Amino acid sequence: MRRKLLLISSTVALPLAIVAALALYPTRARSEASSASATEVRVDNFTFGPETLTVATNSTVTWLNKDDVPHVIASNDGLFKSKALDTDDKYSYAFTKPGTYSYYCSIHPKMVGKVIVQ
Amino acid sequence: MTKTKLFDPNPSGFIEHDHNNDGIDRRGFLKCMAWAGTGALCIVQGGVLKSYALGSQMGSNMKSHKMGGLTFVQISDSHMGFNKPANPDVIATLKAAVDKINALPQQPEFLLHTGDISHLSKPEEFDNVDQILKSTHKEIFFVPGEHDVLNDEGASFRERYAKKSKGQGWYSFDKSGIHFIGLVNVMNLKAGGLGTLGAEQLEWLEGDVKHLKHSTPIVVFAHMPLWTVYPQWGWGTDDSAQALSYLKKFGSVTVLNGHIHQTMQKVEGSVTFHTAFSTAFPQPAPGKAEGPGPMKVPADQLRSVLGITDVNYVQGRNALAVVDSSLG
Repeated sequence: MRRKLLLISSTVALPLAIVAALALYPTRARSEASSASATEVRVDNFTFGPETLTVATNSTVTWLNKDDVPHVIASNDGLFKSKALDTDDKYSYAFTKPGTYSYYCSIHPKMVGKVIVQ
Repeated sequence: MTKTKLFDPNPSGFIEHDHNNDGIDRRGFLKCMAWAGTGALCIVQGGVLKSYALGSQMGSNMKSHKMGGLTFVQISDSHMGFNKPANPDVIATLKAAVDKINALPQQPEFLLHTGDISHLSKPEEFDNVDQILKSTHKEIFFVPGEHDVLNDEGASFRERYAKKSKGQGWYSFDKSGIHFIGLVNVMNLKAGGLGTLGAEQLEWLEGDVKHLKHSTPIVVFAHMPLWTVYPQWGWGTDDSAQALSYLKKFGSVTVLNGHIHQTMQKVEGSVTFHTAFSTAFPQPAPGKAEGPGPMKVPADQLRSVLGITDVNYVQGRNALAVVDSSLG
């Protein structure tokens, strides 16, 4: 009974959510709808792992902070910037165009990384 | 000043070029480490730095240095909001620092806080620090650390702590004939770089000191070190050389920084660089760990690696005495 209810609600809710997301965030919704791989960068011990990440176009990359201190993910050219991420906080960005995206931690600028979108 | 007993400022093996066996690194790289409850008093005179132990080894001529002149205290890196090992209670250690300040035999005229007041720039974190520091009943001058300007380019920091400042929060003032300069080197950091002062601030600095007499003692305070401590960990400031070039003409320049959560000192001509303890958590010595994150120490040792810095200036002596003392 519980499972059935869940199925029913998801069949109704999911399309609704997609429609809402499409209306509000067309870029992000496209990347989710195309079932591109979501990929994670771990921020640990003041380094990005992996430092260079290669993903397919329309991938959503998620940074997860595993350090005891906050970090801020910021692209070198100002394209994207997270809020301060405390321990275990995440930040995601969807890459919709091919290219090389260099980023760094804007409060610990020695920390640098790259996302290559193909 | 006559030479008295010299303290061995090398309990941790940090002086590597002490050819004259007198505690002074001839390449000008002295690090006054103050571990395990040891205090080091460092006095700079005519560009020469001498170190003394605190307490019984302190000669009577040292005591005369503490008379008159100006005394102020530097505190740093309170990181209010931090709650992980090695310090789940940064409120308690900041309160211990305040107790230490309030117990100083020669009361400081004012305090300098060299940044990272908060851990996450939250209003309640700043509120907590303000509440605790209030019991010193002292005027406090602040410069921001990178943790204080996380989400609004420093607007709320300036609103609270630096209303009369220029640009992104820099300012200067005079006390007892000393010219104090608070600089901001934690904003607009560039990928791959260190701390940054920026062209606008450098231009202001040049103008600020232009008309001062060469004999005016200068104290510069900023969060990140204005000398290159360890660039691999970002411990330095990219354009600090430019700033220091404007200060070359002065006979006595003392540069006080925080950020690296450990005491360290370097002398270059008439400039003495000094970094202060944190009141929250220690960080590893340069290169002695995989990264610069918080260093975990046993609970009963925590207070020996946190502390305050007491600075004393005696008019006419052209010397500032910088004393680090740990909280326990």
